Amino acid sequence: MIYFDNVSKIYNANSVALKNVSFEIKPKEFVSLVGPSGAGKSTVLKLLIAEEQPTEGRVYFDGTDVSSLPARVLPRLRRRVGMVFQDYKLLASKTAAENVSFAMEAAGRTEAEISETVPEVLALVDLADKWTNFPHELSGGEKQRVAIARAIVNQPDVLMADEPTGNLDPVNTWEIVRLLQKINELGTTVILATHDKQVVDHLGRRVVTLEKGEVVRDEAKGKYIINHRNG
Amino acid sequence: MAKGVTLKRVITYAWLSFRRNGWLSTATILVMVLTLFVIGGLLLVSVIANTILNDLEQKIDISIAFKKGAPESAILSIRRELEALRPVREVAYVSPEEALAAFRERHKDDPTVLASLEELGEENPLPATLAVKALNPEDLGEIAKFLEGKNYPSVEKINYFENQKVIERLSAAVRGVRTAGVAIVLILGFVAVLVAFNTVRLAIYTSREEINIMKLVGATNWYIRGPFMIEGVLHGGIAAAITALAFLPLVWFASGKLIVFLPGVNLSSYFRENFVEFSLILFAIGIILGVGSSLLAIRRYLKI
Repeated sequence: MIYFDNVSKIYNANSVALKNVSFEIKPKEFVSLVGPSGAGKSTVLKLLIAEEQPTEGRVYFDGTDVSSLPARVLPRLRRRVGMVFQDYKLLASKTAAENVSFAMEAAGRTEAEISETVPEVLALVDLADKWTNFPHELSGGEKQRVAIARAIVNQPDVLMADEPTGNLDPVNTWEIVRLLQKINELGTTVILATHDKQVVDHLGRRVVTLEKGEVVRDEAKGKYIINHRNG
Repeated sequence: MAKGVTLKRVITYAWLSFRRNGWLSTATILVMVLTLFVIGGLLLVSVIANTILNDLEQKIDISIAFKKGAPESAILSIRRELEALRPVREVAYVSPEEALAAFRERHKDDPTVLASLEELGEENPLPATLAVKALNPEDLGEIAKFLEGKNYPSVEKINYFENQKVIERLSAAVRGVRTAGVAIVLILGFVAVLVAFNTVRLAIYTSREEINIMKLVGATNWYIRGPFMIEGVLHGGIAAAITALAFLPLVWFASGKLIVFLPGVNLSSYFRENFVEFSLILFAIGIILGVGSSLLAIRRYLKI
């Protein structure tokens, strides 16, 4: 479903983000992308939604080379990939429910679909009682759950989470991890970029380890093992 | 996905953003009002200048005075000759009797002039004249040269030679004023557009986060642009309406002052007659300015 074919991303001679990276992700997999800060995790995610173009190599999504897609059809690709970020990226001026319905509106869904789906998704992330709250009235964990609701509301094939627990305490971290597992069980491919050792070790799923822009380890039931820890 | 749903959403978002960014909208509209004010002002000034210039051009002519007792048939044959010339627009014949009647009419409130006329008795002191007007005042010199070359025996005096310098200076001034007017409009218009554009850019800069998130959740570029373009229409339209209304008392006031210096120019009635046209021009410029600025300003945020 996702295939990185010998991908390099070079910003300039002193800044090489990725070097000859190749890996494949199958449908319904749960893959952790680990490595210290600056190892290239975020670059992998940006290449996948064509926010960045690879310097060399190709990135395939469902058999399509995403780096060759014209800008006109990129929105359609991005609706198939849900994104969750460390800093949530919620709109401060919109309520929880509005933040979620916003993604459906942008995708051109009808009002009827939206009013039916949004409460369901908010219930799925356990926020059925907070839908009129604005982001500043929610805790970090709650904000991240709104962000996850927004990411999955268009039923994407892939959910990409970039350090989703980076700003959260342990209790909230586990809630988010359990939520990601639940979404994966419902049939969505999940890519989790993280440097939280406990989370990765607990999951016991596939781990792709990046160091200085290279894939150094790719194990089906992996652990978080990094030689030069700085993250 | 229905197009109607998307359009409704785009309009709703434009209206929401317009209301929620009250101060920014107000600032944008004010800058646009200033811009449109400058453009509208220049438009009116150019109308006044053109009216005055046309008026003056109408007045430039060659006046041919004939000797006393020159036969009317000779005068009329010269008139026919002149009318056949290409640069001539019209030739008006004024007989001595008509000239006298016009003279009396002009000075009917001046007893001294009338008294001195009475002293002359039956004798008419005024000559018959032909007034020659050219299609283009610059060609009058050529016409005068033609007349001089013919050396008609019945002609007493061609007054072009006296006015030649004045006429040439005036046509040079007419040309200069027109060129300068166009240059001023272009420069001030450019400055005004830059100011308006930067204000809109500031407004869009505050929304850059929202734009970024919209892109990430898969909104199309037109879906993102739409609300900003409609906001541009709102800004431009409201600014045009304010400007058009603000001109009403201003023109009324200026017209009173102007009519003292230039009796021929009634700015107020001209403005009232052309108010709809004037407003439409302001609306068109306002909307082009608003939408154009939005499109330009948003471009850099849509690249990814």
